[in-house]
Amino acid sequence: MTASLEATHALHPGGRLLFDGAEWDFQTVRRVYDAIETIARDELGLDLFPNQIEIISAEQMLDAYSSVGMPLMYAHWSYGKRFARDEALYRKGYTALAYEIVINSNPCISYCMEENTMAMQTLVIAHAAFGHNHFFKSNYLFQQWTDPTGILDYLDFAKRYVASCEERYGVEAVERTIDAAHALMGQGVFRYPRARKLSLAEYERVRRERLEREAHEYRDLWRTVPGAKPAEEAPGALDEDARERKRNLRLPEENLLYFLEKNSPKLRVWQRELLRIVRNVAQYFYPQRQTKLMNEGCATFVHYTIVNRLYDKGLISEGALLEILMSHANVVAQFDYTDPRFSGFNPYALGFAMMQDIRRICETPTDEDRAWFPDIAGRSDWPAVLRDVWANYRDESFVRQFLSPRLIRQFRMFALADKANDSKVRVQAIHDAEGYRRVRSTLADSYDVAANEPDLQVVDGDLIGDRPLVLRLTRRNGVGLADIGKDATLRHIRWLWGYEVRVEEAAG
Amino acid sequence: MAQFVDRRLNPRDKSLGNRQRFLRRVRSEVKRAVDKAVAERSIADVAKGGSVSIPSDGIDEPQFHLSRESGEREFVLPGNKEFVAGDTIDKPKKGGGGGGGREAGSGRGEDPFSFALTEAEFLDILFEDLELPDLVKTSLRDAKAKEYRRAGFSSDGTTPNLAVLRTMRVSMGRRLALRRPTAGEVQKLEEELEALRAQPGSDVAERQRIVHLVREIERLKRRQRAIPFIDPIDVRYSRFSPVLVPRAKAVMFCLMDVSASMGEREKELAKRFFILLHLFLKRKYERVDIVFIRHTDEAAEVDEQEFFYGRETGGTVVSTALKEMLTIREARYPVADWNVYCAQASDGDNSGSDSRECVALLMQAILPLAQYYAYIEIADEDSPRDFGGKELWRAYAGLKEAAPNFAMARVAGRSDIYPVFRKLFSKPAAKGAAP
Repeated sequence: MTASLEATHALHPGGRLLFDGAEWDFQTVRRVYDAIETIARDELGLDLFPNQIEIISAEQMLDAYSSVGMPLMYAHWSYGKRFARDEALYRKGYTALAYEIVINSNPCISYCMEENTMAMQTLVIAHAAFGHNHFFKSNYLFQQWTDPTGILDYLDFAKRYVASCEERYGVEAVERTIDAAHALMGQGVFRYPRARKLSLAEYERVRRERLEREAHEYRDLWRTVPGAKPAEEAPGALDEDARERKRNLRLPEENLLYFLEKNSPKLRVWQRELLRIVRNVAQYFYPQRQTKLMNEGCATFVHYTIVNRLYDKGLISEGALLEILMSHANVVAQFDYTDPRFSGFNPYALGFAMMQDIRRICETPTDEDRAWFPDIAGRSDWPAVLRDVWANYRDESFVRQFLSPRLIRQFRMFALADKANDSKVRVQAIHDAEGYRRVRSTLADSYDVAANEPDLQVVDGDLIGDRPLVLRLTRRNGVGLADIGKDATLRHIRWLWGYEVRVEEAAG
Repeated sequence: MAQFVDRRLNPRDKSLGNRQRFLRRVRSEVKRAVDKAVAERSIADVAKGGSVSIPSDGIDEPQFHLSRESGEREFVLPGNKEFVAGDTIDKPKKGGGGGGGREAGSGRGEDPFSFALTEAEFLDILFEDLELPDLVKTSLRDAKAKEYRRAGFSSDGTTPNLAVLRTMRVSMGRRLALRRPTAGEVQKLEEELEALRAQPGSDVAERQRIVHLVREIERLKRRQRAIPFIDPIDVRYSRFSPVLVPRAKAVMFCLMDVSASMGEREKELAKRFFILLHLFLKRKYERVDIVFIRHTDEAAEVDEQEFFYGRETGGTVVSTALKEMLTIREARYPVADWNVYCAQASDGDNSGSDSRECVALLMQAILPLAQYYAYIEIADEDSPRDFGGKELWRAYAGLKEAAPNFAMARVAGRSDIYPVFRKLFSKPAAKGAAP
């Protein structure tokens, strides 16, 4: 068995086809995997987690869908709801299932559907097990915010913890808490790396330094200066109280879940732990939300490049290549805004086009490219340029940096301004010399996840007295909260905090 | 190096737990949807499960969103073919220019959530808290039968229950342990002795051998006698212990007046009621027999086709059907094995004297042995709900108080069937509340 396998192996460089026909089996998949790996490592220089490729059935794919793509997840009715909906849609034929799901874990787990033909498995493996895998491993956001080695263990812990809570405190009490936490998932992430917590010794040192400075700057004479009326001391003292209070609560705080977990007066220990679990899951997915365009662009570029190389090397047949390219073309279709199928920019289409464009700028730059991208135009090692891009950008900065005038023309992009109380939308810029920069920066802004979510912060919370919690919504460009879900979400916050919750609005 | 894992054989239904949580949460909405489905679908399809839609109110997961109705925003779209900077475009009716915009407002504008229920889930919900009145009570009293079930072996019992194999196994073990000589061993020695004796002129050694053999055979035989082949302690009997099992069989008598006054509409309504009852019994019992008895001024047992679609004319004598039912019950369905359910559908016409006979029959013969007797009167579509009822209704009215397992209801239209069915079979508490 092994001998014959190696014998076939040895035939690769000779240009024999890796497979023929639609059927797949594990031996063939492994042969194809090895061929892909050679290209991925040697020609593209990808840096990869070890791969674990799992073949699953359609039903298991639906299962995976409903638990947000993770192989295990804590129990919650909303996952059942998602399953029921996806299943109904799938059974009626409204939606096809994804060909694959890939998980940012170490080893990197990719699910491939058993229904896929061998050509499709080739595409899927190149896409998920190499494209996404490399992106997960090398992108700075994932490195900073996720722990791929620990995520499965953590989810296992979360699952068991939620189950044990359900046993001890009842399914309904647990559901109530998780419902509330889910409502705040969007406000449950840290957007910036947090300051390192001071150790006790350091804290003591800082406190002493502050006291010393105060002592040093103390001038008793100031007290005698006329105008400092005693009556003014009262509000000043109150103010000082409030500031002290806020300092103790480390306010303002934009991570609502974190704040409630640490400071809610009413939550029990296990409820705080549940909040923490939901918060950690939200944080784990936050980099994915910020890099959807790049992640899919990277994976699509990788599979496209690899599959073409396989064909060039004579390892896959023309038929297989055509089948793959057909799926590829479906995936990267971008509809115009007038098309009924239009639903925003397709991250596969734009991402792939931008990656291809970067390669083009490296290989055959035009004068325009040289003017716009002097750093990369004409660079001979496009794989290195792309690897650098994949490692150091997120969607927003990637578009701001690399969207070329050529692509703006190709997609015929135009920027629009929409004022709520106007009956008309104004065209701000189109694909011309005056418009490129404006289109590009507007598009980049729309990929800034944080800027497209409500900017809510906890600004005050009193743990003494009647304990009101004050949230501040900063209106960016005058955009307020939508009515949908607002009251229901506020009720959840009220329940988690246990006392009155107020929302202040402030112009941004 | 890559790992390849075949997960296809992993246990299915990984999300079953979540699905059950979801269904529990939307219980009341799903219930309403199922009730509606029962009212609308043809009853033969009712049990097939399938798609239900529920309002998404109870199951939405609220989040904060940015409003589309305030402030200003800029965005980029692909596919510009006609505009230059500075142009203005009329806004589309809803959702701004971004496409796929969500309708703001009360939150009720969202689509209902639809998904598929399996048949089992559908029926569970359909029959939830439908319980035959006093079923618990009757089942404690007599809906259970004693049945003897195998329960291992015992060392005492009656001869017919002798477990031969087990007895021989125990005996063999004992014989081996006590080294009882086998018949073969003895036979071998006896053959040798025979041979020696048959030899003429024997020497000393041979004579000694003969003596030895005789003694040895004697010893072995003694031992065989001392250690019996089957000892009383080896004997095992199969043990049976009595178990109370619910009687798993039910017979359902469908009685219907097919005289001329029962038109297509009346028959169809009755049919729905019967099918629903059948569905319900099928869930409760392993085996359900249905007996169709139709009557005009005389009654006959017929098959289903004939029952619902056959044409018959004549007068109306309800008691003939009751008598026919009693005869059939007597002949084929002993009360010890069968739970008897009766459902009678009629438009309520009968002669006064016969009605009195019916009541007497019910009181004395039928109700004591039936689990449940349901009478539905098919009323005219436009008859008022509080109409006093026809001849049979008035005659039966007294039975309701006298017999707890008797129920009656009036049905005027298709949508009445299910509520009436529920009313008839609802739990005692609910029944007490009903008039």
